Amino acid sequence: MRFDIYDFTSFTQDIDRLLQENLTPFWATVAELTIVGVVILAFYALVGLFLVYAERKVCAFMQNRLGPNRVGPFGIFQTIADLIKLLMKELIPIKHADKILFNLAPFIVIIASFMAIAAIPFARGLHAIDLNIGVFYVFAVSSMGVIGILLAGWSSNNKYSLIGAMRSGAMVVSYELSVGLSLLSIVIFAGTMQLSGIVESQADGWWIFKGHIPAFIAFLLFITASTAETNRGPFDLAEAESELTAGFHTEYSGIRFAFFFLAEYMNMFIVASIAVTIFLGGWMPLQFGGLEGFNTVMAYIPPLVWFFLKVAFVIYLMMWFKWTFPRLRIDQILTLEWKYLLPLSLINTVLIALVVLLGWHF
Amino acid sequence: MTTNLTMFWLLSGVILVFSLLTIFSKRILRAAVSLLFVLVATAGFYFMLGYEFMAGVQVTLYAGGIVVLIIFSILLTSHVTHKFDKPLLANLLLGGGIAVLGSATAIYTILNHTFVPSTEPAITPDMHTIGHALLSVDRNGYVLPFEVISVLLLAAMIAGIIIARKETKQ
Repeated sequence: MRFDIYDFTSFTQDIDRLLQENLTPFWATVAELTIVGVVILAFYALVGLFLVYAERKVCAFMQNRLGPNRVGPFGIFQTIADLIKLLMKELIPIKHADKILFNLAPFIVIIASFMAIAAIPFARGLHAIDLNIGVFYVFAVSSMGVIGILLAGWSSNNKYSLIGAMRSGAMVVSYELSVGLSLLSIVIFAGTMQLSGIVESQADGWWIFKGHIPAFIAFLLFITASTAETNRGPFDLAEAESELTAGFHTEYSGIRFAFFFLAEYMNMFIVASIAVTIFLGGWMPLQFGGLEGFNTVMAYIPPLVWFFLKVAFVIYLMMWFKWTFPRLRIDQILTLEWKYLLPLSLINTVLIALVVLLGWHF
Repeated sequence: MTTNLTMFWLLSGVILVFSLLTIFSKRILRAAVSLLFVLVATAGFYFMLGYEFMAGVQVTLYAGGIVVLIIFSILLTSHVTHKFDKPLLANLLLGGGIAVLGSATAIYTILNHTFVPSTEPAITPDMHTIGHALLSVDRNGYVLPFEVISVLLLAAMIAGIIIARKETKQ
């Protein structure tokens, strides 16, 4: 089996051929689905664990503390210990709650982010599905996550949870518009919605550099609006600890709470991956026209490393926002979206269409 | 073909079961969630047909848009302990009769219809084809319906703003 760290196409094709030779087409498909599912699930759990650790360390760094430093060297096993604790914790049943919906809600949130992660291209030939509507697909499935939050808030039969869910619902539905429009701007540049196609179109330069100022504005809009969509600070008023006692997941305990927690971090990872794929060249290395030596050295670094470095950078940006900006009020959040971000993204989209029509981009 | 057939039966089963649950559930939010499953399974059919754009629209508009709005309005108006009363016998009979009549007509028509495979060349429904079809005035162009729907949506938005605006005392 050939294994190339720069191009995974032959690797995945070899696995496919191996399965097709040994199994009937039906069972080969089932086996492939199972392999992809298990791999993504393991990846999901690992990234979740790492991001929780990273968040605590970054937060500590921002606040001039040490952060977790007892379990293992630099506290790297802290989140594993936390996970074991959450797994063994009692699941507290709620009286007068809608039990079915209460138990269903965490799964809807998890499934929505799980579906989104399937479309992300990690390297050449390394993605679960490469739909020709990739951008639209990610946008569509990630918009279902809010249903889980709304259900959790309502079925808990708790006024704080309900208020948290309402705030979150109003916020996510509003900010989706800006997210969609800022993604659309790069779709106009690239002329395709296929995520792998968008990455390929950035081989000679990332869209944030190639697209002049409008692409940069779109990047800022995307980061702002998608931070709000993931319910993270400064837009985390859905789970404002001090006023709502954690909002929609107040009544959840043990592993069900961990699902919400994990989904929040995975949504952050997905948003960062989409930002990287759309604006920062995906797994493409950093290239400058004219600097041959520099370009060769950069192209030598494997695409997976590039992808995760860029994602780590965007995630660091989002953590930076969370720990430095104060939380907004609900009316301020809605004003920000409807009176500033949405008109700005509409104008920006028209501007980008103009830039593309006149051929001003590189 | 077995994979396709298995998926077809799976999705049809999900749609049938959850459609029935949507109607027969006594708790309004459970009905809304069942509707969500029906709509997502329908998107699965579009994926099976290779019409990915339609599947995306189905998930965004229905699952991510309309169901969210339905759930949102339920959250504002109803309490978790609320259950529907049993419907009146007359209403039950009338509704059931209409449902049986409607589905009987549909099933009868489908069973008696001879399906002819299309001889038209297959088109790949990608972004470019759909975009050109939506905004062209040619034979297969949809610019008129597109514009009419735009006007309808504009009217709906203006109506929404008028309902929601603050009354200023003059």
